[in-house]
Amino acid sequence: MSDAALDIAGLRARLAGSRARAHRLHRLHRLLRHCGLVVLCAAALYPLLWMVAASFLPEDEILTAISPIPKSWSLHNYTAGWNAFDVSFTRFYLNSALIAAISVVGNVFASSLAAFAFARLRFPGRGLLFGLMLLTLMIPAHVTLIPQYVLFQNLDWIDSILPLVVPKLLGCDAFFIFLMVQFFRTIPREIEEAARMDGCSPWRIYRRIIMPLSTPVLATAAIFSFIFTWDDFFGPLIYLSSTENFNVPLALRAFAGSDEGSSLGQLFAMATLSVMPVFLVFVFCQRLVISGAAGLGLKR
Amino acid sequence: MARGQLIDVEKRYGRHSVIHGASLDLPDGELTVFVGPSGCGKSTLLRMIAGLEEIDDGLFLLDGEPMNDVPPARRGIAMVFQSYALYPHMSVRQNLSFGLETARTPRGEIAAAVARASRILRIEHLLDRKPRELSGGQRQRVAIGRAIVRQPRMFLFDEPLSNLDAELRQEMRVEIARLQKELATTMVYVTHDQIEAMTMADRIVVLREGRIEQVGTPVALYDHPDNQFVAGFIGSPRMNFHGAVVTSVDGSAVTVALTGTTTQIAVPVAAQAAAIGEQLVLGIRPPNLHPSGQGDAEIAVEITLVEQLGGNALLYGRTEAGVDLVAQEPGHSAAQRGERRVFGLPSAQCHLFRHSDGLALPRRRS
Repeated sequence: MSDAALDIAGLRARLAGSRARAHRLHRLHRLLRHCGLVVLCAAALYPLLWMVAASFLPEDEILTAISPIPKSWSLHNYTAGWNAFDVSFTRFYLNSALIAAISVVGNVFASSLAAFAFARLRFPGRGLLFGLMLLTLMIPAHVTLIPQYVLFQNLDWIDSILPLVVPKLLGCDAFFIFLMVQFFRTIPREIEEAARMDGCSPWRIYRRIIMPLSTPVLATAAIFSFIFTWDDFFGPLIYLSSTENFNVPLALRAFAGSDEGSSLGQLFAMATLSVMPVFLVFVFCQRLVISGAAGLGLKR
Repeated sequence: MARGQLIDVEKRYGRHSVIHGASLDLPDGELTVFVGPSGCGKSTLLRMIAGLEEIDDGLFLLDGEPMNDVPPARRGIAMVFQSYALYPHMSVRQNLSFGLETARTPRGEIAAAVARASRILRIEHLLDRKPRELSGGQRQRVAIGRAIVRQPRMFLFDEPLSNLDAELRQEMRVEIARLQKELATTMVYVTHDQIEAMTMADRIVVLREGRIEQVGTPVALYDHPDNQFVAGFIGSPRMNFHGAVVTSVDGSAVTVALTGTTTQIAVPVAAQAAAIGEQLVLGIRPPNLHPSGQGDAEIAVEITLVEQLGGNALLYGRTEAGVDLVAQEPGHSAAQRGERRVFGLPSAQCHLFRHSDGLALPRRRS
């Protein structure tokens, strides 16, 4: 067939027709998908929104309210809740912040040092030690709880934040070490060898080469470390007994444990405030949190 | 500037030996090229010189001093890596000065060394950029600059051009050779590309399976290969090989008949090395297959493929014995696929190798 015999206009029209059909179908698919996602999101968010709404309601309306949008607003629950106990929430937040800060710094520093050794240094027994470390990931924390408690009791550390933070300073979170080892292994070995040729000691390689190149994984570890410690209820419950040492989740528990049911609004108010730091972390570090969660395989 | 010596060095990974007692002189101010196929141990040998791999046995001397236990940075050796290995988070300036900072060199001296290196490599305008903002060739220059600032006694290059495109590779090849002459520093250069080896080297070291096959100038290796492996590895297109049998031996030449053909040729090699009836391999380089009538013997081939390269042409053919040969003709070739061609074999350009171990029968040096 010669070029002249080709019906160019006809072929173009056919192409345009099939494209329009495909486009319509694609839009329909997208609409259905979004509808489904909106319904699922609403279901997942409803309890949270309800809690936030209830924190603004008078006590007697809380259990009858269904709508996540309150009819009347009052900050009474916030002011009353903040000072509901002998010790104010300022103290609980300071306690939580201190534990979280030490844990974040400790986890990032100690885990990265351990990970650097596993990923980059050659020493006898490296494989065995790495295996043992991974093994600790597979033992549930509850199994080691009693021996740990006895250990800390012998050290006279009960009712202080030491049992909660000292392990973090010693790189006891195998999970972050593993995460970092995986990351460090992706840094080309030749860069490290170039640094060795430049006269770097292992410490200087860690500090000047590996650390600056690992900000994504360090940030991920810092964020997750923060979220895990901020939300931690079990550890503080076991080790902290005096009210002035409580962290925020323990203090919230104290609301629920108080004898009269009249503090529900204050509980919701304080719970709403307590999720704020984690919420802000999500808002500002969303990308890192998501990539980190993918890397973590969401173990917890 | 320094003279390096490797004496019986060995490298083992577990029970697997990768360098089997290599001995080698790296003369002061010369560019020595290690060449060989993948896995021949050339990079390992280089890394042993650098100090990045331990020497399991033998000695590495630099100006007569044993270096085996000296850490890499104290050897006064700088290395340029295949992947450049620039520090991605540092600017070019920081990349260049990092080694000197580590050595606690005064700031003024660092600045002067960086200025000098960047001038030599013409990268002054790139000093504040990060490596990711540079092209392949520029990164390569920075990597070389990082080596230069330390004013090392010896430079090591590990396949530095293999990540560049053909044009840039040629440019950098010239550049490195120029630099070597300018700095007059001992250099060791690893490549699997025999053209790089031929064009840059003062001396070539051909390696195979952890052993040094031959050491010599490019021309010496081209003209007088010690064995069939070196003959086949050095030169492009590679040397043709054809089975042959010794038919007569006299004081100045060995006459062989090419297996499966009627061709006989007397090759001027040391005669005492061969016996009548012995199996040999005849080697001839593609440019030395001359037109019919211009040789001491002739061989007929059937052309199977013609590659016109512009300046010359490659003619692929097959002899009566079914052996593939390549001939190189200057200019354009009129040869056609399927055509029968007769080439002249100049005996002075023929090589003979023992079939049993591949060793060359020594040719008379012209």
